[in-house]
Amino acid sequence: MTYVLRRLAFYLLAGWVAITLNFLLPRMMPGDPTSAMMARFEGQASPEAVQALRETFALTDAPLGEQYLSYLRNTARGDLGISIALYPAPVAQVIGSALLWTCFLAGTAVVVSFVLGTLLGIATAWRRDSWWGRTLPPALAFLGAFPYFWLAMLALWLFGFLLGWFPLRHGYGDAIEPGWNLPFVVSAIRHAVLPATTIVLATAGNWLLRMRNNMISVLGEDYISLAHAKGLPQARLVFHYAARNAVLPSVTGFGMALGFVVSGSLLTEIIFAYPGQGYLLVQAVRTQDFALMQGLFLAITFAVLAANWFVDILYMWLDPRTRSSRPS
Amino acid sequence: MMAAFLHNRSALVGVVIMLGFLILAALGPWLAPDPLAFVAKPHDPPSWDHWLGTTGQGQDVLAQTIAGTPVTLAVALGVGVSVTAIGALIGTAAAYFGGRTDLVLSLLTNVFLILPGLPLAVVIAVYMPAGPLTIAFVLIVTGWAWNARILRAQALSIRQRDFVMAAIVGGESHLRVIAFEILPNMGSLLVSCLISATIYALGAQVGLEFLGLGDISVVTWGTILYWASNDAALLTGSWWMFVPTGLCVASVGFALVMMNFAVDELTNPRLRAERAWRAALRREGVRFDGSTPVLRKR
Repeated sequence: MTYVLRRLAFYLLAGWVAITLNFLLPRMMPGDPTSAMMARFEGQASPEAVQALRETFALTDAPLGEQYLSYLRNTARGDLGISIALYPAPVAQVIGSALLWTCFLAGTAVVVSFVLGTLLGIATAWRRDSWWGRTLPPALAFLGAFPYFWLAMLALWLFGFLLGWFPLRHGYGDAIEPGWNLPFVVSAIRHAVLPATTIVLATAGNWLLRMRNNMISVLGEDYISLAHAKGLPQARLVFHYAARNAVLPSVTGFGMALGFVVSGSLLTEIIFAYPGQGYLLVQAVRTQDFALMQGLFLAITFAVLAANWFVDILYMWLDPRTRSSRPS
Repeated sequence: MMAAFLHNRSALVGVVIMLGFLILAALGPWLAPDPLAFVAKPHDPPSWDHWLGTTGQGQDVLAQTIAGTPVTLAVALGVGVSVTAIGALIGTAAAYFGGRTDLVLSLLTNVFLILPGLPLAVVIAVYMPAGPLTIAFVLIVTGWAWNARILRAQALSIRQRDFVMAAIVGGESHLRVIAFEILPNMGSLLVSCLISATIYALGAQVGLEFLGLGDISVVTWGTILYWASNDAALLTGSWWMFVPTGLCVASVGFALVMMNFAVDELTNPRLRAERAWRAALRREGVRFDGSTPVLRKR
């Protein structure tokens, strides 16, 4: 249990760093892009909203320490300021409704990609002299070299525009009321297939290569040769003896890779006009909506940290050594 | 080492593709002097006059793709080299000094490793003037941690070797021990880190510029894709606006992956031993399926 608590302390620290970076960045940067934004904004917003934005972006004269404390207080209350792109909606509210879509899309894609890539890694390591054992790794490495969002553009053009097999944009059909009913769920899944598939194609190669390397080094161990020589069934040898040990570094890497995969899937969302964080991010960049951008950074960071903690708990279950209080 | 590298088939494929793009980059200014010129009607499909068609603003796609090569590759390689250098510096320093230094540096590395790169890059880049230098800076800030972590692990094991101990006891300075005893012994890992970092930099750069964070008046592979999406390439069915650029990005990435395979094959003792074992089996006429050294009598 100490392992999980130690990890939690680390994630809290990482979260604090993210909040502090968010506070410092607009105040450290040269020039004054925020006042230019304020000038544009002042005409269309109420004086109270302008004052709130001034506080968010250090345009007040209060000392830095005081600003930091009030920033921490506001963030803890979930007050991330007001979005300019979607004025007058509060940033927290805008992000909240989009976060579910991103978790749904990126979460499904990441899990499918990890399971698929890892299984293929096991297979290509075990039969690495067969024709598919030799061609599959470089083929998936080639797919992985494409930017995610470019694969998404190509897939959308081929299967959406030319063949018309999949819907072109958004997370669900326009005529459908969101809610827990069958038409909505079916529509949401239909809309997620194409974006999720492109993310899986772009990332599965990584998991395959990682697992294949681990498997090859575990398969070289003497205890595997012994198990094979004494005639254990192949499935038992591959999964219980080799794969269970070889998967550990992949699971550690899974948490680390999450931030990277989520970054890539944000761009995929933009291509499909998917109603998630990525779509908000591009809106924020195009309208120079600093509050929204910073809120997105915080929200995505916290989602990734939470997912990582979940992976740690899973890891503890997989690797009995972490359950003892041995420091790692 | 270099000769063995070039005799490897994966390495050869990678080097040839990479050289091709470097030559293209060098010749870029002559082949495509004015990629922004208006040459034909917008959204024109590929033809004899314009091999890859025209953009939504009537510019030649082939000329743009060529003109975008030098900046794109320069940023990718520059970021790759910087990220590896910073990673080596922080990783070896953490491993060499140990104790509290290691604790602080490792913590910093792990925090930066876990913060999602793209949103952080966006938050930093919007406050800076748009352009390739900003993109490079942002990618270095968000990308150094991975290499630092890998190189620290390797440096930690080299730190324990007798020749390093001997150098320290012999009174060598810290800097000398790190630069002349530890770093040269991580050669192949440094190369593979450099290659991976360049792959990361290429993809992330194109992604950021596609978002619109680059200087959209400079022609790079990323801004070409930005304009393709802005000029509704998909809606008008103008596949030629984004397909060539994506293929270029992927080809460079693939070339780098191939080189990484080759480095791994040449330096991983297990894979090397396996090759000898396989050759011996072939001489005996025994089929080997690649799983374990255990063979079945037929």
